[in-house]
Amino acid sequence: MSAASEHAEAKVPLWNNPRVRALVSQTLLIAVLAWAFWTIFQNTVHNLEQRKIASGFGFLSTTAGFGINQVLFLEYTEASSYGKAFLAGLLNTLVLSFIGIIFATILGFIIGIMRLSHNWVISKLAAGYVEFFRNIPLLLQIFVWYNVVLKPLPGPRQSLEVAGVFINNRGVYSPKPLFTDAWWFVVFAFIAGLIGTWAVARWARKRQMETGQPFPVGWTALGLIIGLPLATYFIVSLVAGNPVHFDYPELKGFNYRGGMRIIPEFVAMLLALSIYTAAFIGEIVRAGIQAVSHGQTEAALALGLTRGQMLRLVVIPQAMRVIIPPLTSQYLNLTKNSSLAVAIAYPDLVAVGGTILNQTGQAIEIIGLWMLIYLSLSLATSAFMNWYNAKMRLVER
Amino acid sequence: MKRTLLSIALGAAVSVAAVTAASAGTLQDVKAKGFVQCGVSQGLPGFSNPDDKGNWTGIDVDLCRAVAAAIFGDANKVKFTPLSAKERFTALQSGEIDLLSRNTTWTATRDTALGLNFAGVNYYDGQGFMVRKSLGVTSAMQLNGAAICTNTGTTTELNVADFFRSHKMQYEVVAFEKADEVVKAYDEGRCDVYTTDRSGLAAQRLKLKNPDEHIVLPEIISKEPLGPVVRQGDDQWFDLVKWTLFAMVNAEELGVTSKNVDEMKKSNNPAIKRLRGVEGNFGENLGVSNAWAYNIIKQVGNYGESYDRNVGPKTPLGLARGLNALWNKGGIMYAPPIR
Repeated sequence: MSAASEHAEAKVPLWNNPRVRALVSQTLLIAVLAWAFWTIFQNTVHNLEQRKIASGFGFLSTTAGFGINQVLFLEYTEASSYGKAFLAGLLNTLVLSFIGIIFATILGFIIGIMRLSHNWVISKLAAGYVEFFRNIPLLLQIFVWYNVVLKPLPGPRQSLEVAGVFINNRGVYSPKPLFTDAWWFVVFAFIAGLIGTWAVARWARKRQMETGQPFPVGWTALGLIIGLPLATYFIVSLVAGNPVHFDYPELKGFNYRGGMRIIPEFVAMLLALSIYTAAFIGEIVRAGIQAVSHGQTEAALALGLTRGQMLRLVVIPQAMRVIIPPLTSQYLNLTKNSSLAVAIAYPDLVAVGGTILNQTGQAIEIIGLWMLIYLSLSLATSAFMNWYNAKMRLVER
Repeated sequence: MKRTLLSIALGAAVSVAAVTAASAGTLQDVKAKGFVQCGVSQGLPGFSNPDDKGNWTGIDVDLCRAVAAAIFGDANKVKFTPLSAKERFTALQSGEIDLLSRNTTWTATRDTALGLNFAGVNYYDGQGFMVRKSLGVTSAMQLNGAAICTNTGTTTELNVADFFRSHKMQYEVVAFEKADEVVKAYDEGRCDVYTTDRSGLAAQRLKLKNPDEHIVLPEIISKEPLGPVVRQGDDQWFDLVKWTLFAMVNAEELGVTSKNVDEMKKSNNPAIKRLRGVEGNFGENLGVSNAWAYNIIKQVGNYGESYDRNVGPKTPLGLARGLNALWNKGGIMYAPPIR
């Protein structure tokens, strides 16, 4: 029997063997694709050389010579290199995206839950919000917010003042806290509070598993995380004097100097991005909660859980499984949409990169860097959300 | 399915290979397609600006038309591509346009590392500052700490940095991609100062709500020689654009205008005879007809006519000739002789 089947297999000619055919055709396709890409690459290099256009990444270490109006966590001056300017742009993109994601998530959850409300006005309000904001192009919204932020605000000399914070059309200026060494005690107290909370939560869960007795973890956490550092702060103040000083912004010449400042471009971008994305997140949250079958809530209530426990322990964990994958896409969208900042002079990666592109003329290298960075950012966000998704997944025993 | 994919891949590869073989002869390409593709600004009055009927006018546009007149004997065989400051060089490098005539400053980097050539200077400019009169500022040296609106991807951005750095003054730059956005942000009060080339200030000022409430400060902080740009490695095309500009300047120097160019046929001045194409074969040497300069002058005018029509004292911009006057009239506009 087996000899017969071997015989039959041997009789099939090589070009009719499905495995060999598949292997050959796939190898061929890959080879042709590789050759095509190689040709494109060679062709580009050849054309660049022929047109005497400089290439390579050497320009990243030459002096940039232009100013950037928002530099975070870096020492950037006009004498810094193009590479550093690029990094400053990247940090601006990261900060905008990160804060935007937090705002959009909070706002989105509120909108999503509002839309499920039994109160007619609240649910229609949320529905109106979603339909309005997700159907207007984002770029238009950015322009509108920029004008909304800029137009009604006075010039620096007529600034509005709210509790030491100055608001004008150049931005929001607030006192900047400066910390002495004694501040570290407060920081340590805060860290100790976090560790303590984690330990208490662990112990409480174990105890509840064993004895069924609940423990008020929430209040303990509040005491440990906020109370402990606050107490430390007062003790340090009494012993070593106030560990926090403030650098107040002052009107000097044209503008305020000193203090902390948020530029209007950032405010406009943040508003536009988070409000736009929140409309989508709201729908995702609504879909997620509605996906949890009504039987689950009834079962939870029948077991005697309170409404809060029902939401926290039964509905939300199951809703999250539906919410997280599309939520990831929205986070990626927000990050990529932040590149529209170039329209209103927020110095993000694309704006700064564009300037570098123009000054050096090395379009291919800059566009390559852009693609690489946005790809890495998106993959990193995806990886994090996939990890979170795996953690929230239905645990099958 | 596999076969389709394969043929697509092969087809793409072949077409890519074919691109390599394309020639660098811009003049032949232009003659073959029948028009000049000219890169201009997105709207800068006096230099390149479309009117309500979509007709482009301006000193930079005139240069494009002059090149078309030299090649085809018809100044209207031009198509315009409006480009932002950021896009302009890539458009030229990639061959999307044949000629960039877009108030572009001639700098060493652009002339070398970008693979471009500047075919002369059609406007000598310098960077200036505009502020609100109400600020009470009379000199650029009083601008310490000011917020400055400008265009991204320009030499302007670099000059501002140099100026404030060398005078140890602080500033905040707010750089927009589109010129109209810059003007709007300045008008809304986002910035204390608006900076660009002085000709640009004169032009953009017209777009402000109350142009009279603003003044241009006396300081000129940079040299901005603006001129037409072509790709490196095509000497014939480079020569043609260069001599088109020279012909316009020479015509003004010799007193040949669009109005008297026909009468000038009778002129005994050998320089005019050469310009008119009556003597010599300068046009043929450039690869066009010997009537090239006649066509330029007849259809577009000489440099002075173009200047007066677009940016001169009688236009809304009201820019005096200054540096752009001929060399024998107190300026530095000078062209090598046609001989």
